[in-house]
Amino acid sequence: MAQYAILIFANASHDHAALSPEDRAAHDRHGEAVEKFGGTMLTAFALQPAATATSIRGDVVTDGPFIDAKEVVAGFYVIEAPDLDAAMEIARRNPATQQGGGVEVRPVDSGFVGVPPTAG
Amino acid sequence: MTDPSDVRTAVADAHRRGWALALAATARVARDLDLAEECVQEAYAAALVSWVRDGIPKTPVAWLTTIAKRRAMDAVRREQVFRSKLPLLVESEAMEPEEFAPEEFAANEMAGEPAPHQPAAGEPAAGEPALGEPGDDVVPDERLRLIFLCCHPALAQDAQMALTLRLVCGVSTRDIARTFLLSEPTMAARMTRAKKKITAARIPYRVPGAAELPDRLSAVLGVIHLLFTTGHTAPSGAALVRSDLVDQALHLARMLRELMPDEREVWGLLALLLVTDARRATRVDTQGRLLRLEEQDRSRWDRAAIAEAHDLIVDGLRGGRPGRYVLQAAIASLYAEAPAYEQTDWPQILTLYDELLRIWPSPVVALNRTVAMARVHGPMRALAEVEELERAGQLAGYHYLPAVKADLLRRLGRTNDAALAYRQALELAQNDAERDFLAARLAERLAGPDHP
Repeated sequence: MAQYAILIFANASHDHAALSPEDRAAHDRHGEAVEKFGGTMLTAFALQPAATATSIRGDVVTDGPFIDAKEVVAGFYVIEAPDLDAAMEIARRNPATQQGGGVEVRPVDSGFVGVPPTAG
Repeated sequence: MTDPSDVRTAVADAHRRGWALALAATARVARDLDLAEECVQEAYAAALVSWVRDGIPKTPVAWLTTIAKRRAMDAVRREQVFRSKLPLLVESEAMEPEEFAPEEFAANEMAGEPAPHQPAAGEPAAGEPALGEPGDDVVPDERLRLIFLCCHPALAQDAQMALTLRLVCGVSTRDIARTFLLSEPTMAARMTRAKKKITAARIPYRVPGAAELPDRLSAVLGVIHLLFTTGHTAPSGAALVRSDLVDQALHLARMLRELMPDEREVWGLLALLLVTDARRATRVDTQGRLLRLEEQDRSRWDRAAIAEAHDLIVDGLRGGRPGRYVLQAAIASLYAEAPAYEQTDWPQILTLYDELLRIWPSPVVALNRTVAMARVHGPMRALAEVEELERAGQLAGYHYLPAVKADLLRRLGRTNDAALAYRQALELAQNDAERDFLAARLAERLAGPDHP
């Protein structure tokens, strides 16, 4: 088994916040595809629109995403899967691939998921 | 002692026939492509020495495979710490001890010690481990896994081609670099990057399951076809044909047919390569100038290759709807089998193109179809279709489009428009032989039929 991060890219003018309810529902159902193709969802995040991003390069702070491009990262999740073929089978079913964006599959080198302290 | 020149011949032969088999089997044990490559390379080097001393084994490829696997096994054992491995989604039967049965033999070889006695050439000495006896010959054939690994869609296409040449065909990195007109370090870096990705991303070392097979097989066929076309009309440079690439592509197509004997598209690809390559000797004149199909000396075409392709195509057209390679081969075969260019069966070719375009709606196919269409329905209708393709814009930058258009315009008597189109084609073409051809057409303001 290996872990893969799947980065979801959306059109900059149409990222997560702009999704229709149907599109959102499609994303919410994607977890079923992960299971169906032999993977396990380890963690998943949808991000606020890229317009809310702040980037820091060296000492310079800029408003907006790190790379000025047509597509922006709209979310990411980490799965466990037997190999790249399985990860690709899962990733190609991500709704973003049918919504004008796409996904990038990256093998995970290392990492951990922390637990936030209980809210006080 | 065996004659060293006989040994060199035997090693070269085993390299051509057996490299992929030895490497694939060794990769399974080594679970690391670099290590596998190294071990197989060493096995061939060992053979040069050992076969002179002990005679050429009856089954040289099995001998080489055993030596390479043993070296890989030793290296893996020595390393203790397992490095990141090729994911082998299969039971690890490769680790079973019987595959390494000829212990004493291999120990002898590895130590490089002189054999205690000199057996006659090709004749194993009494008591020597019977490498080459039946049983050892049954090397599990892992070549398909290797081919599918090299042609995995997660790798860049140039890396797929380079890895296939290196790992499946055993071509040296230096020769691959030369073939693609790159420096050796650049090519080596590109291949290292691909191999790192295979390991880090866990690209599996296996033949895809039935559900994925059609897609994955078409990627493999695509790589072989691209190697062939790269060799057949070199995309840039002085020579039109790079015959080493053409030969490797044919070798790969034959290997694939042996490994997947029931896949009709594999027959189709092999037939397409055979029939296209049958004209190799006649495509350029003695000065290296490109000759049009109708100018080529048909008596010098390789009739045996054309006949072999014919049989493959006849079989491929049977039993269900044919795929794109069978159809392309059938079209090429109709061109090749006509006794003279003017006797080409254009209506039949057009029918095949219609079918091809239906299953593979590619603008390049649509363009090639217009050549047959001009013959059947006249240049006017063909020109209309070419202009429509031009407007669609998918073929922008593709020099055959203005070349085809120029020829149609010339046949319609519109020489000024034709000259303009030839100039466009000339600007886009990169192969010197093709450029010379187009320049000549432009210069002579053209009379006589043309071929794209």
